Amino acid sequence: MRSLRWKIAGHALALVATVLLGGLLSATLVRLAPGFDADERELDPHLSAESVQALRDARRQDHNVFRFYFSYMKQAMNGDLGTSLALGQPVRTLLRDRAPLTLRLLAIGLALAWLLTLTLALTAAWLRLSVYDTLTTALSGTFLCIPAAVLALLSVLWNAPGALAIALIVFPHTYRYARNLLVKAYSRPHIITARAKGLGEVRILFWHVVPVVTPQLLAVAGVSVSMAVGAAIPVEALCGLAGIGQLAWQAALARDLPLLVNITVLVTLVTLLANSGADVIGHVVRGQEA
Amino acid sequence: MSLWQKLACVILALVLCASVAANWLAPAGYARQYREATDAPPSRTHWLGTDEMGRDRFARVLYGTRISLLLAPAAALLSTLMAALIGGLAGYLGGIWARIAMAVTDLFLSLPWLFLLITARALMPLNVSPLVSVLVTFMLLGLLGWTTAARVLCTTAGSLRGSDFVRQARAAGLPGQRLFWVHVVPNLKPVLYAQFWISIPVFILSEANLGILGLGVAEPMPSWGSLLKELEGLVSIGEEPWKFVSLILLVVVVTSFQVLLSKQEEMAA
Repeated sequence: MRSLRWKIAGHALALVATVLLGGLLSATLVRLAPGFDADERELDPHLSAESVQALRDARRQDHNVFRFYFSYMKQAMNGDLGTSLALGQPVRTLLRDRAPLTLRLLAIGLALAWLLTLTLALTAAWLRLSVYDTLTTALSGTFLCIPAAVLALLSVLWNAPGALAIALIVFPHTYRYARNLLVKAYSRPHIITARAKGLGEVRILFWHVVPVVTPQLLAVAGVSVSMAVGAAIPVEALCGLAGIGQLAWQAALARDLPLLVNITVLVTLVTLLANSGADVIGHVVRGQEA
Repeated sequence: MSLWQKLACVILALVLCASVAANWLAPAGYARQYREATDAPPSRTHWLGTDEMGRDRFARVLYGTRISLLLAPAAALLSTLMAALIGGLAGYLGGIWARIAMAVTDLFLSLPWLFLLITARALMPLNVSPLVSVLVTFMLLGLLGWTTAARVLCTTAGSLRGSDFVRQARAAGLPGQRLFWVHVVPNLKPVLYAQFWISIPVFILSEANLGILGLGVAEPMPSWGSLLKELEGLVSIGEEPWKFVSLILLVVVVTSFQVLLSKQEEMAA
């Protein structure tokens, strides 16, 4: 119990540090990007000299990346995430409006990916037929070799939901690990003995295989969240879905510093939470086994 | 080498030869416009038809393949060298250096690869000459793609640091720098080779993703990414199947690399 508490505390500390550094990295990248100082609004002939100067002054505050980041953090503590430069709306509102769609997309996409992964990997491990194994490996291999953006385009072409594209992007990565884990687990001597003694497949699965593979599968599940978040960008951008992935895409193209920093922090947070959560649950499962 | 791996080698050699011989196979070049035949179907003069700007698709596929197939390994080489320098050296030095290097890799790995890549590429100048866009795209892949390899190399170099032969060499008075280059680096070679081969298909796919999203190689220069962008305008798959040639070629090439990879992974293990 004590070690679990330390593990959670360690994870939390690493998570906060990485999230903060991630935000700083993003802010630095934007600040160093060529053309950061240029503001098209300054070219508007309707603006007076004072207005142009006001725009320049507002932008000057962002010049020092550490000062910008510090003031951003201070505002964020009070719930103010700043205003998007490109969209002219509060970042908080933008994220709040778009989060449900992305969350739904990720949840359905991940659920589909894991359903496909576990179905194919389990049947491959159960059947132990080389033809079936070759077929499923070829299927996952094919999807692995298709760019994520092409899968997004094909989903548009076939009127398939964006979640399916995310599932097909994540599935080949998870399948490879899950299949190898399950095949390895099923080839363990005690499972071969259990089979030889006539123990039912369901009992073997839940009593002998699941406890062995769960911690590793949980780690893969954590990583799959990061993959799905990455996949959401081309899927939302190309399928015209107004989620956070599309917002990230727009923020990057418009070099929208406040929006980009917030999205980077959010993405880092989600990724790390998923990985740490999987790690902690895996630790608990291993502890129960022991 | 298995039959599949031999086949993969043959396919890669054929594709590479065809792309290198693009100047002879498609002498008109990738940018020449046939204004009287825009978006034309395959014919004797244009084997894969023309695109909406009247450019010969066969020529563009050949030249695009050349760019993607030659520059992805170059980017992989850059990322592997960076990984060797950062991960290998940090693992060899150990202690605080290894911890700092791992913290930096953790930071990069906490961001999804595609998100990091798109953000970094979008922040680079977009209105540049085609040649510069090619260099920026692939250099970015090389500069950002070292993290996973660095982690593996740091662990391997760390285990080598504690090995008997390195300890004996150190006890015999061999200077640290010489010890690193003479005893540690040669033992990292199998991992370096494997990381290099693993990176190539990853970078080919990443460039394709960037190209489709309009952040890759600039027009009129072709690459697999910019060629695949053409799929955006399709209404149905059966209508113009020849437009899928670049996708099929990409899948075949990446699959060939994946088949060869298993051999490299075995070597690294």
